[in-house]
Amino acid sequence: MSGALVDDDIAAWRAAVAKGGAVTSADADELEGHLRDQIADLVAAGLAEDEAFLVAVKRLGGVDAITAEFARAHSDRLWKQLALTHAAAPAAGERLPLRMVVFAAVAAVLLDLAQAIARLGEPGGWVLRDLGLFVLPVLAAYFAVARRIPLRRAAVLVLPVVLVAVVVNLYPFRAGGDSELLVAEHLPVLLWFVVGVAYLAGEGRSSSRRMDFVRFSGEWAIYFVLIALGGGVLVGLSGLVLAPLAPSAGDALATWVIPAGAGGAVVVAAWLVEAKKNVIENIAPVLTAIFTPLFALMLLAAVVVYGVLGIGHAFDRNLLIVFDALLLVVLALVLYGLSALDPVRPGGATDVVRTVAVVAALLLDLLVLGSMVARIGELGFTPNRVAALGLNVLLVVDLAVTAWLSVQLLLGRTTAERLERWQTDYLPVFGVWTAVVVLVLPPVFAFA
Amino acid sequence: MDKDLVAAMASPLVLSILAEGDTYGYAILKRVRELSRDELEWSDGMLYPLLHRLERSGSVRADWGASPEGRRRRYYAITDSGRAQLADQRRQWETANRTLGGIWSRAASGPSTSLGTT
Repeated sequence: MSGALVDDDIAAWRAAVAKGGAVTSADADELEGHLRDQIADLVAAGLAEDEAFLVAVKRLGGVDAITAEFARAHSDRLWKQLALTHAAAPAAGERLPLRMVVFAAVAAVLLDLAQAIARLGEPGGWVLRDLGLFVLPVLAAYFAVARRIPLRRAAVLVLPVVLVAVVVNLYPFRAGGDSELLVAEHLPVLLWFVVGVAYLAGEGRSSSRRMDFVRFSGEWAIYFVLIALGGGVLVGLSGLVLAPLAPSAGDALATWVIPAGAGGAVVVAAWLVEAKKNVIENIAPVLTAIFTPLFALMLLAAVVVYGVLGIGHAFDRNLLIVFDALLLVVLALVLYGLSALDPVRPGGATDVVRTVAVVAALLLDLLVLGSMVARIGELGFTPNRVAALGLNVLLVVDLAVTAWLSVQLLLGRTTAERLERWQTDYLPVFGVWTAVVVLVLPPVFAFA
Repeated sequence: MDKDLVAAMASPLVLSILAEGDTYGYAILKRVRELSRDELEWSDGMLYPLLHRLERSGSVRADWGASPEGRRRRYYAITDSGRAQLADQRRQWETANRTLGGIWSRAASGPSTSLGTT
C-alpha cells in the first residue's frame, strides 16, 4: 500500500518515538497503525504518499509531546528501565546475566577464602595488601570472556598479573614498613589498568575507547558506592535483627558477608554500567558539573592561603597524602568533565571554571613539589617520598599541559578533542609509574 | 478551542464514543472530527496516553486484534465502571451547560432591560 520511501520514513519516526523508553514497542505498533491508517485515508483523498506522511505526522503531534504525554501516563516505565529484566543494549555482547553472577560469586568466594586462610595462619597484612588481587583479576577475566578476547591475547594479560602476584608475595616486606603500605595502595590501581586493557579488548590505541574506559571507571565508582550503601543498610539491619539471638552475629557479618558482598559488588557494578549505560550517564555529568566549580573555589582558596603563608612548616606526610588525593580528584573531575563534553560545542562557562580549577591545581602542585624537593634535600629519600615525588611530577606535567590546552581551548585555538587526546594518551604513564612503585621501589629501599 | 477545555472534554468524549460500540484509536479520532466538525483541535498522538490512562483506571478494556489489512490493532471497549464514570461526567457537563446556558440565554435577551431597572 505505501511505498518503500514512506516505509523508511515511518520506521525512522517510529524509532524516534520509541527512544527514551516511555513508549513501548506495543505502543509504537499502535501509533504506527494510526499513522498508516491516516496516510491511507489521505492518499485515498488524493494526496501524494510523501505529502500524506507529512500531514499524518503533523496531526499526530510532535514526537517530544507524544513521548512526554506517554511518560506522564506511564511514569513507572521510566523507572522500570532500571529493573534487571529490561537490560537495554548491552555493549559487552551479553545476553544472560548468568556470566555476571558466576564471576561475582567467584570474586566473593575468593575474598572469603583469603579471609579464611588468614584466620588459619598468622594474621599478617597480606590480605589487605593483596586485596586487589582477589577481585580485580576476576573483573578483568569477566571482560575478557564477555568481549571474547582470543586466548593468546588473554594469556598476555594473565602473565603480568601472575608475575605481580608472585613477586609482591615473595618480597620480604618488613612488617608495618612503608614499602608494604605503598604496595597495598598502588596494587589495586595497577590492577585497574589491567582491567582497562581487558575492557578495551585490543582497542586500547583508540583515544575514544580509552575515554570510554574513563567513563566506565567513573560510572562504576558511582554504582559501587550505591550498592555499598544498600549493602551497608542490609548488613547493619541484619546485625541488629540477629543481635538478640546471636550476639556474635555482627562480627561474623563483618568478617564474612561484607568482604564477599564487596567482592561481588565489584563485578555487579561493572555489569550494571555496561547494561545501563544511558541511565547513569545522566547522573555523572551532573555530579561533575556541580563539583567542578566548588573544587575550583576550594583550590583557589588553598592556593591563596598556602601561597601567602608558605607551605613549608605545616607540611608533613599526612598533608601530602591529602594534597595528592585532592589533585587526583581534580584530575578526575577534569577527565570526567571532558568525557561528558559535547565534542562539537564551543567553550562555555564550564570550560572557564575547569580552566580555573586546573590552573589552581597546577599552582598548588608546584608549591607541594617545591616543598617536597626541599624536604628530600634535607632528609634524603624514602620509599614514600620517592612515590610521592614521582606522582607529583607526573601530575605537574599533566596539569601543565592540560592548563595550556584549556586556555587554548578557551581562546578557540584548539579543540576539545585535542585536550581529550592528551588526557587519554597520558593515562598509561600513570600505569607505568604505578608498576614501578609496586615492583621496583620495594627492593630499591630494601623492603623498608 | 481552549486547550484546558479540550483536555477536560477528552475523557467523556472518548468514553461516549466507546459507548456507541467497540472501536480503535484512529476511528475514535475520525468520529471526534466528525462530531466537532473539525473545530476541535486535538493532536492525535494525545489520544493514546489518554486511552491507556482510562484502561489503567478500569474504565476501558483493550484487546489486540487485527486490521482488515492484517496489521496489529488495539481495540477498545467501555467497561461497566466506565459507563458509571461516563454517567457521572455527563451529569457534571449537563450542569455546566445548564448554568452557562441559563446566563447566556438571559444575556442574549435581556441586558438592556436589566440596565433599564437600575
